[in-house]
Amino acid sequence: MGVALLGSIESGFIFAIMALGVYLTFRILDFPDLTVDGSFATGGAIGATMITAGFAPFLSTVSALLIGLVVGAMTGILHTKGKINALLSGILSMIALYSINLRIMGKANVPLLGEDTLFTQIQDALSALGDYGLLLALAIIALVIKFINDWFLHTEVGLAIRATGNNQRMIRSFSTNTDNTIIIGLSISNGLVALSGALYAQYQGFADVSMGIGMIIIGLASVIIGEAIFGDRSIVRATFAVIGGAIIYRMVVALAMQVGLDPSDMKLMTALIVIAALIAPRISASYKERKRKAVRTKNREQQMVHERGEVKKHA
Amino acid sequence: MLKLNDIYVVFNEGTVDEKVALNHVNLHLNPGDFVTIIGSNGAGKSTLMNIISGVLKPDYGTVEIDGVKVNNLPEYKRAPMIGRVFQDPMAGTAPAMTIEENLALAYARDKRRTLGRGVTAKRRDEFRTYLETLHLGLENRLSAKVGLLSGGERQALSLLMATFTKPKVLLLDEHTAALDPARAQRITELTEEIVGRQKLTTLMVTHNMQQALDLGNRLIMMDKGMIILDVPEEEKKNLTIERLLAEFQRLRGEKFASDRAVLA
Repeated sequence: MGVALLGSIESGFIFAIMALGVYLTFRILDFPDLTVDGSFATGGAIGATMITAGFAPFLSTVSALLIGLVVGAMTGILHTKGKINALLSGILSMIALYSINLRIMGKANVPLLGEDTLFTQIQDALSALGDYGLLLALAIIALVIKFINDWFLHTEVGLAIRATGNNQRMIRSFSTNTDNTIIIGLSISNGLVALSGALYAQYQGFADVSMGIGMIIIGLASVIIGEAIFGDRSIVRATFAVIGGAIIYRMVVALAMQVGLDPSDMKLMTALIVIAALIAPRISASYKERKRKAVRTKNREQQMVHERGEVKKHA
Repeated sequence: MLKLNDIYVVFNEGTVDEKVALNHVNLHLNPGDFVTIIGSNGAGKSTLMNIISGVLKPDYGTVEIDGVKVNNLPEYKRAPMIGRVFQDPMAGTAPAMTIEENLALAYARDKRRTLGRGVTAKRRDEFRTYLETLHLGLENRLSAKVGLLSGGERQALSLLMATFTKPKVLLLDEHTAALDPARAQRITELTEEIVGRQKLTTLMVTHNMQQALDLGNRLIMMDKGMIILDVPEEEKKNLTIERLLAEFQRLRGEKFASDRAVLA
C-alpha cells in the first residue's frame, strides 16, 4: 500500500469520528451546527497543550472529548434557552471558540515534535504489525465509536433525540423536553468532533488555531458522499456510510494533491464536491423524468396514429 | 377529571389585533366523559385544546387535571396525563422512524426515558398485539418507516399511540377532518372503540355536526370564546342538526357561520 493511500485511510478514520458528530446534528437532529469549526480546533488545542504540559496522551485526549461535550451543550443552551436561531447559535459558539482556543494554546501553533502522543504509544505497542498498526488502532477506535453511536440511537433516550429531529411537536406531546434532547445531541456531537480534533493534532504532530476552518463542510461532504455510495436505509447502515464517506473524501484529497493541487486549494475543492453531491441527484432525477415522459409521448402518438388508421378502415 | 376554571385568553393585547380567544370559560369533565365540541370559526376550540395541553398558558384562570393544578407545568410535563391527536395525520408520528420505534416513543410517555433499548422483543410482542386491534395489518409491518403509511393508517397509529399509556385526558383536535369520508368513518369507529374500552375522559373538537351528535355523552357549542350551549346526555339523544342550528340562531341572533362545518 502506498504511503499516501495508507495516510489517507488513517486520517479518514480520524475524520470519520468528526463526521459521525456532524451526522448526529445534521441528519439526526436536523440542526445545522457550525460549532464544529471551533470545537475541532478546541479538541486539538486541549490535546496538544496538555501533552506538552506533561499530561498523559490518553488523559489529554479524553479531556478534549469532555470539553467538546461542554462546548456543544453551550450551543444547545444558546439555541433552546436563549431562543437564538440554530445557525446563528453555532456561528456565535464558533467565533467565541476561536479566541478561547488561542487562550488555551497561548499561541497560534503548538508543535508536538518529540512528544509522546497516543500514536507514538500505539506504534510502540503494535510494532509487530509494522506500518499497519496505526491503521488497525484507528479503525478500531472509529468502529467502536460507531457501535456506541448505533446503540445509543436505539435506546429510549436515543429514540427521543431522533424524534426531536423528525417531529418536535409530536415528541413534546409524548412528554419529552425537546430543549434537553437538543442540548444532549449537540453535546455528544461536539464531544466527538473535539475528540477527532485531539486525535488529528497528534496525528499531524501539531495543533493549529485554524485547523478547524471548513471542518463542517468536510463533515458534510463525508456524510453526503457516504450516504450516496453506501446508502442510509437504517442508522447502522448510515453510520457505516459516514465512515466510508470520510475515508473516500481523504482519498480524493490525496489524489488531488498528487495531481498537483495545493493544500490551500482543498477548501475550494471540498466546497465543489459538496455542491456537486447536492446538485447531482436532482439533475439526474429530472433527466430521468424528462426521458420517461418523452417515451410516453412517443408511445401515445404512435397509438393515436394507429387508432386513426383503425377508424378509417371501418369508415 | 378535568376542570377549567374561569379561563381567559387574549391575543395581541393592547394592539388593534387584540382578540379575546377564551372569555372566562368554565368546563368540568367527570371521569369517563366523552364531550364533543362544535363551533364556528374562531370560536376558541383549538385555543381550548392548547390551554389544556399546555401549549398555551391562560392569562387568567386555572387548569386542573385529576385534582392537580397544572397551570405552571409546561407541555412536556403534562404530557404523561394527556393523549392528543392532531388534525394533520403527519403531526402525530415521526415519519423517518419505524412503526415499532414510534410505539416505543409512546410507550415511554409516562415513564422516565432510560438508556435501555427502546424496542425489545417483549415490547415488540406487546406492540403487535395492540396493533392487531386496528385490523390494518400494521402488526406485520413493525419495521416499516411510518412515512410510508397512508394518511388514514398514520392517523390510526396516532390514535393508538395517544391512548397507549391510558392518559387521564384524551384530546382529539378534528382528528378525522383531513381524511376522506371512508377513512374518517373508520377512524371514528376506532375512536369510539378505544375510548369505550379504556373509559377515557375525552374532549373531541369536530366540524362534522353529525359526528358531534353521534359520539359521546355530552355536546358543547362554542362561539366567540364562550361556551354558549352545553347539552347533557339525555337531551343530546334527541338532538338533531336542524335543532342545533336553530338553537344557535336563537342564542346568537345570527346564522351559524363556518366555511368548514359539515352539516350532514
